[in-house]
Amino acid sequence: MKELVIISGKGGTGKTSVISAFASLAESKVLCDADVDAADLHLIMAPEIKERHDFDSGNTAKIDVGKCTQCDLCRDLCRWDAISEDYVVDEMECEGCGVCYYFCPEKAIAFPINTCGEWFISDTRFGPMAHARLGLAEENSGKLVSLIRKEGRELAEKKNLDLLLTDGPPGVGCPVIASLGGASAVLIVAEPTVSGKHDMERVSELAAFFKVPAMLCVNKFDLNPEMGEAIEAFAKEKNIKIMGRVPFDPGFTYAMVEGKTIVEFDEQGQGSRAVKSIWEKLTGSF
Amino acid sequence: MIISIASGKGGTGKTTVATNLAVSLESKVQILDCDVEEPNAHLFIKPHMEETRTITTPVPEVDMEKCNLCGKCGEICQFRAILVIGETVLPFVEMCHSCGGCMEVCPEKAITETTRELGRIEKGHRNGLEFIHGKLRIGEAMSPPLIKSVRQYTRSDMLTIIDAPPGTSCPVIASMKGADFVLLVTEPTPFGLHDLKLAVGAVRILGIPCGLVINRSDMGDNRVLDYAKKESVPVLMEIPFDRKIAEAYSRGDMIVEAMPEWKEKFVQLYHDIDRIAG
Repeated sequence: MKELVIISGKGGTGKTSVISAFASLAESKVLCDADVDAADLHLIMAPEIKERHDFDSGNTAKIDVGKCTQCDLCRDLCRWDAISEDYVVDEMECEGCGVCYYFCPEKAIAFPINTCGEWFISDTRFGPMAHARLGLAEENSGKLVSLIRKEGRELAEKKNLDLLLTDGPPGVGCPVIASLGGASAVLIVAEPTVSGKHDMERVSELAAFFKVPAMLCVNKFDLNPEMGEAIEAFAKEKNIKIMGRVPFDPGFTYAMVEGKTIVEFDEQGQGSRAVKSIWEKLTGSF
Repeated sequence: MIISIASGKGGTGKTTVATNLAVSLESKVQILDCDVEEPNAHLFIKPHMEETRTITTPVPEVDMEKCNLCGKCGEICQFRAILVIGETVLPFVEMCHSCGGCMEVCPEKAITETTRELGRIEKGHRNGLEFIHGKLRIGEAMSPPLIKSVRQYTRSDMLTIIDAPPGTSCPVIASMKGADFVLLVTEPTPFGLHDLKLAVGAVRILGIPCGLVINRSDMGDNRVLDYAKKESVPVLMEIPFDRKIAEAYSRGDMIVEAMPEWKEKFVQLYHDIDRIAG
């Protein structure tokens, strides 16, 4: 089974619009939304949830003031200043390292596991989908990304489908790193702007760091063709395969407003045709 | 005053708003780019950089001469960053959260601390505007400690404008916590609205007043406006889609450079924020 992960470095370059179009075009695949921090793929896929699970990960210290003798050892050991003068743990600052819990001489500190999100197995009009939602202001997004990709893979194996299409998160940090491990290839969706180029360069460096083969498409290419060409030149130099260009097409926004993929919205439009040609090239080369 | 500019969804125009606001004001301003995974503000501000600092975090180093392979370090570590394997102890420094637990628990005092590079902070200026950003090392997973280091540059005698990363999890919280006002930048699309709701939820957990900038305000539908009204989130600015703005942005030009008439609107935006936060 193969897994294609769509990443971008910069947010808002069109990852979800592109993968939605691929969902319209690909046969026998499972969809996976690994942008657990701000998941949007379900807004187009309208999944019918079949299974719902809690995501339990990471612990937070909790001090029983009744047992506490105010020895202050926990406050001395905590490197996050997460324990106040009156021995209340700031849950947002607590890193979940358990050092205070381990060393408290009075055993006055509990260390319960957190439920910090949910994950789902669903059916969509394009096939099965694995997706998740991280709770607000929560940590451990990388672990949820790994989990949802694993669930996606298992779902594909169970249903005898040979492709996992994964919508990745923006950035280059923890959730993106978690979305790369074991992927067959990544498609970088870039935009032809100075920031799009800067961020594409960083994320392609990340893919190379983890030895995942990378491919490129530049979205909204005609917004600044010179910049688009500069991005493609950079890609060529780094052996990143160029899959094609997508023109600026307001149809992507109109399709999103209607909860449709660009292919469903306007099959003959220039956006649809561009994405189709990219998909054909992609399936041929990976 | 600290104004943090956040969004939930990426690519809605956080950096555009942060940089244009920063250069439009006459008062003493500093901009802290806390989107350390993909910092972009420098591409528009084009600051003259003056200093670079490498930011590190402590990680364990084991002296095998002293180690008795008791395994307590592996037991206390919540992050599987140190393990006893056979006759040796392996620290996986990339997984380490720098809590110091293994060093503290080691009965043989065999563990000391060395460092792992998180990234770099660069500081510079442009015409009196102070500029600071963090750049996460490629391959480094943890951005919040670097964001916290960037925020240590906050000066109380200046207006601090923070360019936050997208999303709603720990890096965003690290960029909003302690701010006097959070300015949320969104677009009137289903993705923009969905992620805006998450961002407003996160801001409310922190108890910070917030307002809204709607970018590309004529490309989508009315649901963002309806939501803002229902939730009493004030809409402080609307920026219509203009190919001229989009093309200027693509070249690294700011709106107030391409269209100077916008300067006054950004000054007004600041006054509105000051009124609400003050």
